[in-house]
Amino acid sequence: MSGGTRIIRSREWARPPAPVRREVRRALPAGDEGKPPLLFVPGFGSGAGAFAEHWLDHAAGRGFPAYAVSPRGHGLSAPGPGATLREYAHDVVQEAAALPRRAVLVGHGAGALVVAYGLARYPARAAVLVSPVLGGFGPLRAALARNPFGTVPALFGGPLRLSRRQLFSRELPEHLADEYADRRGRASARAQWQLLRHRPPEPAVGDPPVLVAGSPDDRVVPAKALTEAARRYGGAPLLFPGMGHELMLDARWREPIDAILDWLDKGSVL
Amino acid sequence: MSTDPGYDANGTLPLTRDGRAVSDRGGTVCVIGAGASGLAAVKNLLEHGFGVDCYERETGVGGAWNWRHDRSPVSAGTHLISSKPMSQYPDFPMPDAWPDYPAHGLVLSYLERYAEHFELKPHVWFGTEVVRVEPAGGDRWDVTTRSTGGCGSQRTSRYAAVVVANGHNWAPRMPAYEGQESYRGEIIHGSAYKEPNQVRGRKVLVVGGGNTGCDIAVEAATHAARCWHSTRRGYWYAPKYLMGRPTDQVNAGVLRWRLPLWLRQRLMHRVLRLVVGDLTRFGLPRPDHGVFQSHPIVNGQLLHHVGHGGIRPVPEVARFTRHSVILTDGRELDPDLVVMATGYEPRFEFLDPGLLDRDADGRPRLYLHTFPAAQPTLAVAGLVQPDSGVLPLAHWQSVAFARWLRLREAAPQRAARFRERVSGGARGRWKDATPTDSPRHWFEVSHDVYLRELQRALDDLKAVPA
Ligand SMILES: Cc1cc2nc3c(=O)[nH]c(=O)nc-3n(C[C@H](O)[C@H](O)[C@H](O)COP(=O)(O)OP(=O)(O)OC[C@H]3O[C@@H](n4cnc5c(N)ncnc54)[C@H](O)[C@@H]3O)c2cc1C
Ligand SMILES: NC(=O)c1ccc[n+]([C@@H]2O[C@H](COP(=O)([O-])OP(=O)(O)OC[C@H]3O[C@@H](n4cnc5c(N)ncnc54)[C@H](OP(=O)(O)O)[C@@H]3O)[C@@H](O)[C@H]2O)c1
Repeated sequence: MSGGTRIIRSREWARPPAPVRREVRRALPAGDEGKPPLLFVPGFGSGAGAFAEHWLDHAAGRGFPAYAVSPRGHGLSAPGPGATLREYAHDVVQEAAALPRRAVLVGHGAGALVVAYGLARYPARAAVLVSPVLGGFGPLRAALARNPFGTVPALFGGPLRLSRRQLFSRELPEHLADEYADRRGRASARAQWQLLRHRPPEPAVGDPPVLVAGSPDDRVVPAKALTEAARRYGGAPLLFPGMGHELMLDARWREPIDAILDWLDKGSVL
Repeated sequence: MSTDPGYDANGTLPLTRDGRAVSDRGGTVCVIGAGASGLAAVKNLLEHGFGVDCYERETGVGGAWNWRHDRSPVSAGTHLISSKPMSQYPDFPMPDAWPDYPAHGLVLSYLERYAEHFELKPHVWFGTEVVRVEPAGGDRWDVTTRSTGGCGSQRTSRYAAVVVANGHNWAPRMPAYEGQESYRGEIIHGSAYKEPNQVRGRKVLVVGGGNTGCDIAVEAATHAARCWHSTRRGYWYAPKYLMGRPTDQVNAGVLRWRLPLWLRQRLMHRVLRLVVGDLTRFGLPRPDHGVFQSHPIVNGQLLHHVGHGGIRPVPEVARFTRHSVILTDGRELDPDLVVMATGYEPRFEFLDPGLLDRDADGRPRLYLHTFPAAQPTLAVAGLVQPDSGVLPLAHWQSVAFARWLRLREAAPQRAARFRERVSGGARGRWKDATPTDSPRHWFEVSHDVYLRELQRALDDLKAVPA
């Protein structure tokens, strides 16, 4: 976040992102309890399906209408070869505005950066950044150190490959970890580059409360980055020690989602 | 014991200046109208933590775009002339699945969804008309309402601030030609044209070359027995698409180069010459002004129908006889129906003219057509005619007003800077090209010039870090 809201948006007026077909997964509560809808946004290489595994149903069980969208080129959405962060944020804001009520945006990994961009174009009721990859060279250094063979190709436009051990804790049965890792696709080369260099997102409109959650043992996002991200939004991160990067798929997926929903239930958000 | 003259005998209920009881709404802000501009004001004020009471004389939201409303100016065939990215609120996009230029019904459903999504309706009093807005001292306002149509009693409530968003496309501007009163044919205003049945099989004269006149002429071309289209000058007719892209998007792209106006005008003249061609070949007058100097007409079908003979362009009306219309070139026409598509006049019957700093012609002179210099807690939203969509401008107007109301409590010195802007800028135009002499252009703005100034104002009003 830096600078102010830009209200002259010639580029967005002159070249709006091309419309695409988008995958949206959903789980709805039995009755309307008046809770706000949640829109989950996966990180690079992942799709809405990652949230359909556990979190959507769990949130619906607690009374929240829960949705997840795959930005173009991800999951079952239409391909988005040259897509940039702007297109991904467009996909998220499109789906948020289509919901019946003001939504809470929940972004995971680089999806948190997409959400940060989206917050400048949609006054979300609240936002949650889960294991946020907000870009810059710090995370790149960490990734190079931990998994050089998966990371270096990304520098040349190839896919970024995160290893099983970067993504999950050892508590997750190996066959599941393999299956989840195999399902992963990739973000566009341009978007990968943008992770390193991008114009910082404009300030969020509508001043939503923002929660940062993650694991100090995440091997993609260093603990320091979590604290920094939380500080940017004026808070401290919620931490789930012992978990991997993929909080929504790891063995103890229930703890973070419960904590997030508790925060929403308790906060001024409702 | 003497009671304060501003209170009733028990000293509890405040009174208006002429002694009516007032219910005090504390820090609540009043918004007049639940059209596109009013809804944005309600949402943005709520977002800035204000209580809001919105009064709407109709029974639904959407204002002009709700064609069930008796004063709605749209007809069955109306589509946006600004494409989606230029038309939508900057923080609530229209769906990707919609076409570039949605029809009026979609625009209404968009505004209804906006009201649903942000839960605005609980703040709107429908079927309630504002009849008077008076200063109550201490920069507060007494707003008097009654149920629409005048039955029932009036109520007065006191507010911390007022946003006037009553729209400017509902009070017809009717010309008065010699002999018009004794004319035996039918004369209606463009706003009363709703659907092609009204012209089917009839000889129709459409007066006025704005977007309304052109839209109606095009419909009459296919449905009426004959259609004359009378304009008092030549215009530039922009098609909806240039090179397969919405024209306003192409224009927005050109604006990014920040070329001087004369060069942009040259470029656009060139493009229109190539794409549209020489208008005089169609029997239309040559434009008496450069492109961008008149409110844009976006209509790709008019010339097509002129070419098919469905529309006959004619000059201005000179006078009426009992049974015919005489044009300035002496020609005599015998229409069954005359449609005066001559535009609208803004009206603010509920406000004392002085409060809006009206000039000799009765036109408000407001900073950014929004902020009166002498009334810090009064704003007008949507009183602009941009070369783009109205909604983005109306949105930022109300954001600026909400920020201003907050800042004047929180940081009076910073707020003072904004007031300087307001009093210094009351006579601004925010339009790059000098408009034609037509009185309708007094609130015409270039969206980029306008928003650039609004950006400066918003930057001045940036929230103080807590
Ligand atoms: C035919 C036509 C086509 C247009 N096409 C476009 C386009 O393509 N793109 C674009 O951006 N704009 C277009 N416009 C401009 C249009 O005016 C705006 O899009 C928009 O409707 C403006 O909204 P508003 O809220 O300012 O005014 P309105 O929509 O007129 O709403 C004003 C509301 O205030 C209420 N009201 C008025 N007086 C009172 C009172 N005393 N008490 C209580 N309530 C009151 C009215 O009932 C109404 O609901 C078009 C206009 C017309 C006439
Ligand atoms: N499809 C759409 O989206 C759509 C459709 C209709 C309207 N609109 C919008 O609605 C607003 C109002 O449009 P409008 O067309 O109704 O009105 P307008 O823009 O005010 O145009 C009025 C037209 O009537 C002429 N005129 C005015 N007074 C006259 C008189 N006394 N004698 C003869 N001619 C006279 C004007 O000529 P001069 O040029 O000399 O002033 C002008 O051509 C505009 O913002 C417009 O863009 C949009």
